[in-house]
Amino acid sequence: MTNTILTVEDLHVAFKTQHGKLTAVRGVNFELKKGETLAIVGESGSGKSVTAKSIMQLLPKATTEVTKGDIHYNGESLLKMSKNQITDLRGSEISMVFQDPMTSLNPTMKVGKQIMEGVQRHERLTKAQARERALDMLKLVGIPQAESRLDNYPHQFSGGMRQRVVIALALACNPKVLIADEPTTALDVTIQAQILELMKDLQKKTDTAIILITHDLGVVANMADRVAVMYGGKIVEQGTLDEIFYSPKHPYTLGLLRSMPKLNEDRGQPLMPIAGSPPNLATLGEGCAFAARCPHTMAVCHTYTPRDTVSETGHSVACWLQDSRVSKEVDKTELVESGNSST
Amino acid sequence: MTKNTPNLPPHQDLQVQNQYAYDEIPSDLFVKAPLDHRKSEEIGTPAVSFWKEAFQRLIKNRGAMISLILLVSLIVLALIGPGMNEFSYREQNLTHSNLPPKIEGLEWVGFNGLNSQGVDQYAERDVQINYWFGTDEFGRDLWTRVWRGTQISLFIALVAAALDLVIGVIYGGISSFYGGRIDNVMQRIIEILMGIPNLIVIILFILVLEPGITSIILAMVITGWVGMARVVRGQVLQLKGQEFVLASRTLGASNPRLISKHLLPNVMGPIIVTVMFTIPTAIFFEAFLSFIGLGLQAPLASLGVLIEDGYKSMRYFPYKLIFPALVISIIMISFNLLGDGLRDALDPKMRK
Amino acid sequence: MTRYLLQRIGFMLITLFIIVTATFFLMQLLPGTPFTNPEKLTDSQLTILNAKYGLDQPVAMQYIQYIGNLLQGDLGYSFQHEGRTVTSMISGRIGPSAFIGLQALVIGAIMGLLLGIVSALKHNSILDYGSVTLAVLGMSIPSFVFAALLQYYVGVKLGWLPVALWEGYSSTLLPSIALSVTVTATVARFIRSEMLEVIGQDYIITARAKGLKENQVMVKHVIRNALIPVVTMLGPLAVSIMTGTLVIEKIFAVPGLGEQFTLSILVLDYSVIMGITIFYSALFIFVVFVVDIIYSLLDPRINYKGGAA
Ligand SMILES: Nc1ncnc2c1ncn2[C@@H]1O[C@H](COP(=O)(O)OP(=O)(O)OP(=O)(O)O)[C@@H](O)[C@H]1O
Ligand code: SF4
Ligand SMILES: [Mg+2]
Repeated sequence: MTNTILTVEDLHVAFKTQHGKLTAVRGVNFELKKGETLAIVGESGSGKSVTAKSIMQLLPKATTEVTKGDIHYNGESLLKMSKNQITDLRGSEISMVFQDPMTSLNPTMKVGKQIMEGVQRHERLTKAQARERALDMLKLVGIPQAESRLDNYPHQFSGGMRQRVVIALALACNPKVLIADEPTTALDVTIQAQILELMKDLQKKTDTAIILITHDLGVVANMADRVAVMYGGKIVEQGTLDEIFYSPKHPYTLGLLRSMPKLNEDRGQPLMPIAGSPPNLATLGEGCAFAARCPHTMAVCHTYTPRDTVSETGHSVACWLQDSRVSKEVDKTELVESGNSST
Repeated sequence: MTKNTPNLPPHQDLQVQNQYAYDEIPSDLFVKAPLDHRKSEEIGTPAVSFWKEAFQRLIKNRGAMISLILLVSLIVLALIGPGMNEFSYREQNLTHSNLPPKIEGLEWVGFNGLNSQGVDQYAERDVQINYWFGTDEFGRDLWTRVWRGTQISLFIALVAAALDLVIGVIYGGISSFYGGRIDNVMQRIIEILMGIPNLIVIILFILVLEPGITSIILAMVITGWVGMARVVRGQVLQLKGQEFVLASRTLGASNPRLISKHLLPNVMGPIIVTVMFTIPTAIFFEAFLSFIGLGLQAPLASLGVLIEDGYKSMRYFPYKLIFPALVISIIMISFNLLGDGLRDALDPKMRK
Repeated sequence: MTRYLLQRIGFMLITLFIIVTATFFLMQLLPGTPFTNPEKLTDSQLTILNAKYGLDQPVAMQYIQYIGNLLQGDLGYSFQHEGRTVTSMISGRIGPSAFIGLQALVIGAIMGLLLGIVSALKHNSILDYGSVTLAVLGMSIPSFVFAALLQYYVGVKLGWLPVALWEGYSSTLLPSIALSVTVTATVARFIRSEMLEVIGQDYIITARAKGLKENQVMVKHVIRNALIPVVTMLGPLAVSIMTGTLVIEKIFAVPGLGEQFTLSILVLDYSVIMGITIFYSALFIFVVFVVDIIYSLLDPRINYKGGAA
C-alpha cells in the first residue's frame, strides 16, 4: 500500500532493570496511513508510551533494547538509521505531544524560543522568520495575544494553553506523523474537548497522520479512524472504529467497552470495571496475558500464546476463542451474549 | 460491513494465520479453565517490603559495603587497639621520644624504624621494643594514642549526632505536626539560627564553656539539630496530607499515637540518612577545633589533637601526621559513602 | 519587588541584631580577663584599664554603648594591641583573605563544573566513577589535612611553591588550592545530580523530540537549567571558605582575617573575637541575600513573594 506512512512490525522492547530484563512491548504490529488517526488504547502499563517512544527512539539508550522487530517510515527502517538521520526526522517528519503539559516545556525558556528552536533546527530560516513562524503557530493553535505571549515563560500559561503551545511546537515543521501520548489526560474535561477539537481541526488543515494514545474510549470514539487495543505489551485487537466499538472480538476489548461510563449510561447498564489487576510484565511467560482476568479462559490460554487472527477488512484479534477447535459448549454463547451487550 | 455481519461462530469469517506448531495444539485444551484465585495471586507482584528492598539495594552498593567494612574494622581497632600493646596513651618515656614506626615483617612498606635521614633510630638508641606507629616527642606510643583518639573522636561524633537526632525530631515533629502559629514561630527561630555560620557559634560556645569533651559536644549540638529538625518537618508535612494519616485520624487515633505509629516509621529513611551525614560533620568540627587550639587538653587526644601535633613536627617526623590523617580521612570517606549508599537505597528518587 | 526586598532587609537586620546581642552576652560569660598577663598588673593599673575600656560600667550600659558604636561602624579597641581599633584590624586583614577566598572559589567552581558536567554527560562510565570518587575524597578529607599534606609534599618535598611565606602571587596558590578542594567537590556533586535530574525531566524528551542534536539538548537545556540552582550553593560555599580560611591561613601563614581570628581566640582578645564574629555573620547573611536575588533573576519561575509560581 503506497499510502502507508509508518509500519511497526513485531516490535519487542526490553528494559534492563534492577530485577533483570523486563520486556514491556512484546510483539506490536500496526500500520499508519497518511492522514488517518489511529488510537491506541489500553490500561496503564500496557506499553503504549513505550511503543510511541520507540518509534521516535526517545527511550533511554543505556537501559533500553529493541530485541526484535522493526519500524519503517516511508519504507525506510528507523531502527537502522544513523543517529543524525533520526534527529533530522524528529520534529520535522514525526512529532510528539506528551501527556503532561505542565512538565513538557522547559520552564526557563520563553515559549517562543522553544518553538523557534525546533523550526531553526530543520529549516534554514533567519531568526525573524522563525519568530514569525512561531507566532503563526501560536495563532493557529488559538492562543490569544500571541504576539506578546511569545516572550512568556511556560509557567505564565494555564495547563490547556500550555498544551496548545506543545501542539504548536510539535506541528511547527509540518510533520507527516503526530504521536500524541495522552494529550488531554492531565487537563480538565472542557479543556480536553477544546484540545481534541483543535487537533482534529489542524489535522484537516495539514493532513497529518495521528497516533493518539489514550485510556479514554470517549476520546477514541470522537477522534479515531482505527483503533488498536493494547494489553500486556501487545495489541490484542485492532480494527476500524466501528469494528472495535460494534463488534469487538477480544474479551479484553469487551471489558473495556463495558467499563466505559458513557455507553453504559445510554443503555442504563451498571458500570463493570474489569476485575483483577494488570499483568506483571516481569513474570509474564507463554500463554495469553489476559488469562488471569478473562471470563472465558480455557486450558490452552495458560500455555499457548494466541496468535493474530485477521479478517479481510483487517480486523485482527489475538484470542483463542477465534480458533476453530473451541469446543461447542464454550464458544459463542457467552461471547455472543457479551458481544450483544455493546452492540 | 462488520456491523451487519451475523454473529457466526468466529472462525468462519476469520482466516487463521498459521505460523508454526499451531495445529498441533491438542483440541481438548479448548475447554473452559479459569485460573483459580490462589494462582492468580501468585502471579501478582511479589510484595517485597520497603525495608527489605532498601536493604537489598544497599548490599548491592559496593562503595557503601566497603565503607561499612572499613568502619566496622576501624571501630573494632579503636576499641581493642589501645589494649594491643603494653603502652598507655599518657605514659611518657623521654628516652623513647620521636621514634619512627617499626613493625616486624613490614619493614618493606616503611615500618622500618628509619628516620628522615635514613638512620635506624631503634638500633642507634638501642630500643628493643617496636612502636608500630612510632612515638611522639614525649615518647608516648602513637599506636595507642591514635586508636584512643579515634575512640574519643567517634564518641564525640556519635553523642553529638544522637543529641541532634533527639532534639531535631522533637522540634521538627512538634513544629510540623501542630502547624499554625506554633510552626510559624518555631520556623522563625530556625531561620535565624540558619542565618548564623554555625562554626562561629561553636567557637564562641567553646570559649565560654572551656575546651573539653562535653563542651565540644554541646557546642556542636547547639546549631547541629537545626538540619535534622528541618528534615523531619519537611517529611512530616509531606506525609501529613497523605491518605493513610487522614484515614487513621478519622478513625480517632490520638496525635501522639499518630506520630509514633504512622509518621515516625515513614520519616525513618531521611532521618537515618541525615544522621549518617551528621557524624562525619561532627568529626570534622571536632578535629577542626582541635586544630585551631580549642580542642581537648593534654594528655587526652582526639584525632584532631593528634593531627595538630603531627602537623607541628611534620617536616621532620611526617609519620606523626600521616597516621591520624589517614584514619580521619578513611572515617570521613566511609561515612560519606555509606550515607550516599543509604540515601540511594532508602529513596532512589531523593538524590541530592 | 520593593516590598519583598525591604522585608528581606528587615529580617537580615533583625538576625544580625540577635547575633550581636548573643555574641555580646556570651563574651560576658567568658572566663579570664581580657588583659594579657593580668597577674603582672597591679590593682590600680587594672582599674585604669577597666575604666579606659568602659569595663567598669554595668553590663547593660556597656551593651548599649557597644550597639551605639557599632551603628557608627566602630567595633571598639583591641584589648591586646594598644590603641588599635578592631575595625582597622579587620580592614587591614581582609585583603589576603578575600584574595585567596575568591581565587579558591574561582578555581573550585571551574574544576567542579568541569568534573560534574563530564560526570553527568558520561553517566555510569569510568569518567563518571572517577570524578565521583574524586568528589567524595574532596568532600571527606578535611581541608587542613589536605593543606598539611599539600604543604609537605608540594612545598617541602618538591619545593615547587613557597611554604608559609606571604610574598608575591605564587604564595597565594597553595592556600587557594587547599581551600578550593571542598568547593570543587561540592560543586561537582551538586551539578552532577542537578544535571541527572534535569536529564530525567519531560521537557528534555520534548527537546529531543523537536529533533535537536544531543549536544544542543545538553548545552541549551540540560546544562543551562542545571547551572541556575548552582547559584544557591554560594551561601554554603562562602561558609566553607570562611571556615577553611581559619585553618588554612594558619597553616600557610597568610596574614588574613582567619589567622587574626585564631590568634585572637588563643589570647582571648574579646573585642576582636566579637568584631570578627559579627563581620563574618554579616558577610554570610549578605551573601545569602545576594544569592536569593540572583537566583530569582535567573529562574523565571521564582517570584518575589518567595516561592515558585
Ligand atoms: N525507562 C523505563 N525503564 C524501565 N521500565 C520502563 C521504562 N519505561 C516504561 N517502563 C515499563 O514499561 C511498562 C509499560 O509502560 P508504558 O509507559 O508504555 O505504559 P503506558 O501504557 O503508556 O501506561 P500509562 O497509561 O500509564 O501511560 C511499564 O510496566 C513500565 O513500568
Ligand atoms: S486467549 Fe483465552 S484468556 Fe486470552 S482473551 Fe482469549 S479466551 Fe481469554
Ligand atoms: Mg503512557
